Amino acid sequence: MSWLLAAPLIIPFAASVLAFLFRNGPAGRWISVTGSVALLVASGLLMQAVLARGVVAGQMGNWPAPFGITLVADLLSAVMVVITGLTGLAVAIYALGDIGERLERLGYHALFQVLLAGVCGAFLTGDLFNLYVWFEVMLIASFGLLILGGRRQQLDGGIKYVTINLVSTILFLGGIGLLYGMTGTLNMADLHLAVQKIANQGLLTVIAVMFTVAFGVKAAVFPLFFWLPASYHTPSVAVSAIFAGLLTKVGVYALIRMFTLVFTGDVDYTHTILLWVACFTMVTGVLGAAAMNDVRRILSFHIVSQIGYMILGLALYTPLALAGAVFYLVHHIIVKANLFLVAGVVRRVAGSTRLNDIGGLYKTAPFLGLLFLIPAFSLAGFPPLSGFWAKYILVKASLDLGMGLAAAVALVVGLLTIYSMTKIWGGAFWKPHPKGIQPKLASLTPWEHRVLLTPIAALALLTCVIGLHPEPFVQFAERSAAQLLDPGAYVARVLGSGPDTGPYGATGLAQPEGPP
Amino acid sequence: MELLIALMVGIMITTGTYLMLARNVLRFIFGLILISNAANLMIFVAGRLTPERPPLIPDGADFPAGVVANALPQALVLTAIVIGFGLFAFALTLVYRGYQSLGTLMSDEMRLAEPREDGQ
Repeated sequence: MSWLLAAPLIIPFAASVLAFLFRNGPAGRWISVTGSVALLVASGLLMQAVLARGVVAGQMGNWPAPFGITLVADLLSAVMVVITGLTGLAVAIYALGDIGERLERLGYHALFQVLLAGVCGAFLTGDLFNLYVWFEVMLIASFGLLILGGRRQQLDGGIKYVTINLVSTILFLGGIGLLYGMTGTLNMADLHLAVQKIANQGLLTVIAVMFTVAFGVKAAVFPLFFWLPASYHTPSVAVSAIFAGLLTKVGVYALIRMFTLVFTGDVDYTHTILLWVACFTMVTGVLGAAAMNDVRRILSFHIVSQIGYMILGLALYTPLALAGAVFYLVHHIIVKANLFLVAGVVRRVAGSTRLNDIGGLYKTAPFLGLLFLIPAFSLAGFPPLSGFWAKYILVKASLDLGMGLAAAVALVVGLLTIYSMTKIWGGAFWKPHPKGIQPKLASLTPWEHRVLLTPIAALALLTCVIGLHPEPFVQFAERSAAQLLDPGAYVARVLGSGPDTGPYGATGLAQPEGPP
Repeated sequence: MELLIALMVGIMITTGTYLMLARNVLRFIFGLILISNAANLMIFVAGRLTPERPPLIPDGADFPAGVVANALPQALVLTAIVIGFGLFAFALTLVYRGYQSLGTLMSDEMRLAEPREDGQ
């Protein structure tokens, strides 16, 4: 059972080491693709186990929880790992045509696999300190990928990205220290029980707010998002795409995990903050996007705006709303990564991503136009694509609670998203090219044609499948939400039959008595 | 002892925040390093301080005798220090490279990735 949980971590790490050793030849890129395929298979097996048996937990080194290192997968973790494998594979294939030999020699594939390992680790760990460590693994790999190549623009974006993420890291670490000081444990399932026994719930809420800020920076919520549009458009397209798909979503996942499992003592207070944050995030993101004039920068701001929807699902804190958040996470990762990949092809074919410098793609590359329209409409929430169902669930959940304002914000932001998407459509596809050249897909070599467009088409197809056949996905999201709202099974599976079965009890080995 | 360290953490965070308010990125990083060490001390003190009682288990026993120092926060702090060291080494190198190729340390002047739309 432990192997199922450990495989999504071991595979990318092994692939990373091999890819680094073979970085000077063509073998490196194939190791990356093979590793990503293996990760997808491993995540599929894990998902199968979770669907069959409920929560799967394992103790590394066989030290019993809460002392050992716990890996645990519930439905949310499992689906996040599957989607990581899927996006990872799509981007690994895309990178075959996008990443040049220079970046490969600098270790692109190795860093990419470390990033995947860090993301999977964050999804699978059952221990707060380990979550911190996995965040750092992910972060250091993302630092490397962001500035790989060392163009001036990348260094500029990189400095902002690195510094603000370090601030968030320190806040996270400080929060961990305070939480440990209050409860004497860092195992998340054990924390769920321990925080209920704390007399000083007010101090706990203070720590909860620290975690909100720390994860809020990672998730790029209002007003902590400025690093994202400053940096996401600067690296290679493959890097932008994997960042856009996965990194902020790890922050959202951590928020969902902590605010359904640990910080549920003062839901009125914490989740009201989250509700306001969600609404402001949606609005500022989409307004920022409206002001931009570059495809990748517009899409970067839209990441911020879409994060708001997921936080809205968490903030409403009903079964339906959380199901909406889970559905939104999955839908968004696929769609957003895909849009960045399309932007990359646009740049390759038309020469730029600045809307003023390009145009005419609709006439000369209608297939690319179709591939853009599917994820773009899905992002905006057109029926029958996946984004429609995601927004529908969240709006319905808001209205069920009588939160008309939140529902209105969600709908208006959807409308403004269409505005941005039509701006890209008009600028890149419809208007004639300002220099009169006719960009053609045929300017790509047949090899590039295959490796660049296949992942885009596959992800677009997936969006359509989720959209046209949403029933199993919605049911899955609802089951996942039920599991999040009732963590009994999660806690029982991690801690064994009960919290006091460990040889030393659950309160900690060397927790000296002292004033709290 | 706890009070003393708590005060020290407070002073370090204050100083660090002051440094981080500067426009100079290098000062910002120095402030960050101070706060990072404050966070490490915070974890250390969160495990309660029990001086002169090493967590050693006598021969033949399963438990340490009496109240001993909590070893876990020290392990956590060690991990955090190592990670922090790596991150700050990277950050300092990045700032140095940024200084070399952008020619400035002032965050206001770093507008390359986000140029002003009015062309200034």
